[in-house]
Amino acid sequence: MKTIIAEDLHKSYNKGSVKALDGLNLDVEEGTVLGVLGPNGAGKTTTVRVLATLLMPDSGRATVAGIDVLKNPDEVRKIIGLSGQYAAVDETLTGWDNLIMFGRLYHLSAKQAKERAVELLEQFSLTDSAKRPIRTYSGGMRRRLDLAASLIVKPKVLFLDEPTTGLDPRGRQDMWGVINELVKGGVTLLLTTQYLEEADHLADEIAVIDHGRVIARGTSDTLKKQVGGERLEIVVENQHMAATREIVAKVSGGAINVDEGLRQISAPVTTGSKALIEAAKLLDEKGIHPLDIGLKRPSLDDVFLSLTGHVAEEKKDEDLASTGKKRGR
Amino acid sequence: MNAISDALIITKRQLLQLARVPELILFSIIQPIMFVLLFRYVFGGSIDTGQPGGYVQLLMPGIFVQTVAFTLAGTAVGLTADMQKGLISRFRSLPISRSAVVFGRTLGDGALNVVVLLAMGITGYVVGWRPTSGLLSVTLGFVFLLVFGFAMSWIGVLIGLSVREERVATNATFIAVFPLTFLSNAFAPTTGMPRPLQYIAEWNPVSTMVAGCRELFGLKNEFGATAGSFPSDNPLLMSVIYMILIMAVFIPLSVRKYNRVSK
Ligand SMILES: Nc1ncnc2c1ncn2[C@@H]1O[C@H](COP(=O)(O)OP(=O)(O)OP(=O)(O)O)[C@@H](O)[C@H]1O
Ligand SMILES: [Mg+2]
Repeated sequence: MKTIIAEDLHKSYNKGSVKALDGLNLDVEEGTVLGVLGPNGAGKTTTVRVLATLLMPDSGRATVAGIDVLKNPDEVRKIIGLSGQYAAVDETLTGWDNLIMFGRLYHLSAKQAKERAVELLEQFSLTDSAKRPIRTYSGGMRRRLDLAASLIVKPKVLFLDEPTTGLDPRGRQDMWGVINELVKGGVTLLLTTQYLEEADHLADEIAVIDHGRVIARGTSDTLKKQVGGERLEIVVENQHMAATREIVAKVSGGAINVDEGLRQISAPVTTGSKALIEAAKLLDEKGIHPLDIGLKRPSLDDVFLSLTGHVAEEKKDEDLASTGKKRGR
Repeated sequence: MNAISDALIITKRQLLQLARVPELILFSIIQPIMFVLLFRYVFGGSIDTGQPGGYVQLLMPGIFVQTVAFTLAGTAVGLTADMQKGLISRFRSLPISRSAVVFGRTLGDGALNVVVLLAMGITGYVVGWRPTSGLLSVTLGFVFLLVFGFAMSWIGVLIGLSVREERVATNATFIAVFPLTFLSNAFAPTTGMPRPLQYIAEWNPVSTMVAGCRELFGLKNEFGATAGSFPSDNPLLMSVIYMILIMAVFIPLSVRKYNRVSK
């Protein structure tokens, strides 16, 4: 069963001059994770806001667990959890206060709310800072508390908008662990990210979006295949570059790429490990010992680049640098 | 039923904020107290009212009304801040009543007014304010002020949800309320104003509130109203009508706005 369906969503701003969503279609199978991958301004947040009942699209249809999002938002709100792109918790209050408040707003009794708060604080390693105002939390702690708040009633469907943006590598690992646990628990998850590695790691399926529409979708393997097959890559000492090039020409037959700086020679191959063994044998016969030799599948970065025509990485740094800032809109 | 309990959770959140950051209360109180003292001692000496007890008897209702009218500002700024922090979006994604967040906010701001009015009343007493009408009427006067503050707060909801920046909210509310409180009988007689302004001042809800409170606190309202105009003859009735009108217009508008606000 498809738990999330979006059909032909359109949303424009500034009298149509900015098309945030331009015929967006996607669906998520029950109990699976869809990673929505896209550069800045692609429409990720807009998509999440529509599905989470916060924004009315100009046209289109969306259902969550069979419930019409546009006609029946109140019912949808009962089964979803949302953690937006920026942590949205009350900064003046403590972590504990926030969880109790949200618990009560989910109509838990005072006792239930307390029990759940204790559990969640424990699960997200926030027990020690529970009585401190959020103001004093680090970015990663805020993010975790925000996620905790969206899990109070164990939602059936969870939306996470860039859950790890601004976290350090350790924080990201932790967050991935938490998300994996949730998925094991059977939640259907739609997650947006700019980190290709993250989509690779967490998502069953990936939808690449740009300019408000899905431009490719599939598992990370199919997407990678779409961009091209495997490449043979060999790194050698400078004096062996020419000879190695000849060997690669023999096993590949495709266009050869020589990177002088990296001392790397690479070319597409169709026979996989056979080509690799062949190349290794030929190198050995010539007495060349490669510094590195291997088959590389295209990374999601390559996928991203070839599909969107821009590099995803650029934005990452910019975004990390600005996470500390308050946003003003 | 959920609508009320949901709203009360939001109100509780606000009170908890005050408990966590007591400076918030302190500064809500200091400004009105400062006003009482400034007006009492800066203008008090030079304005001859002919009332027993002097200017402070007329002044206190004026400052009370001005202060509760400014509830609007606190409400607006608070909501704009919540919106900027993404909290409004988060609340909107929860399965709670569609009016809970804005009702909770106005109730919370109303609750803060209780503390503020109490502090002002005590300060007033210290500097010579002596209402003469008896406990019941005085209490009624304060209830009157609280309801007026609550009504004004709803205008603040609409402003707060319509602007995108806290600073804009601050300025917009200042522009909305300041002329209202000065184009009135709150601090000086309206009879000294040019004729067209006098009409505005007489029909101004702040004036009818001030006149109404003066009555409830035991003063005859002789402070500048042109005798014979409907609002100055029936200030209490007129104030009740204004409060109902404000709420009837702004509660539905605000709740609607809350459910449509997109960022
Ligand atoms: N309220 C708004 N008014 C005007 N334009 C908007 C508004 N909200 C979004 N947009 C525009 O819609 C487009 C999609 O925005 P969206 O926030 O969905 O992108 P995103 O994929 O989440 O980007 P990011 O990675 O930066 O978070 C952008 O061009 C953005 O400028
Ligand atoms: Mg976004």
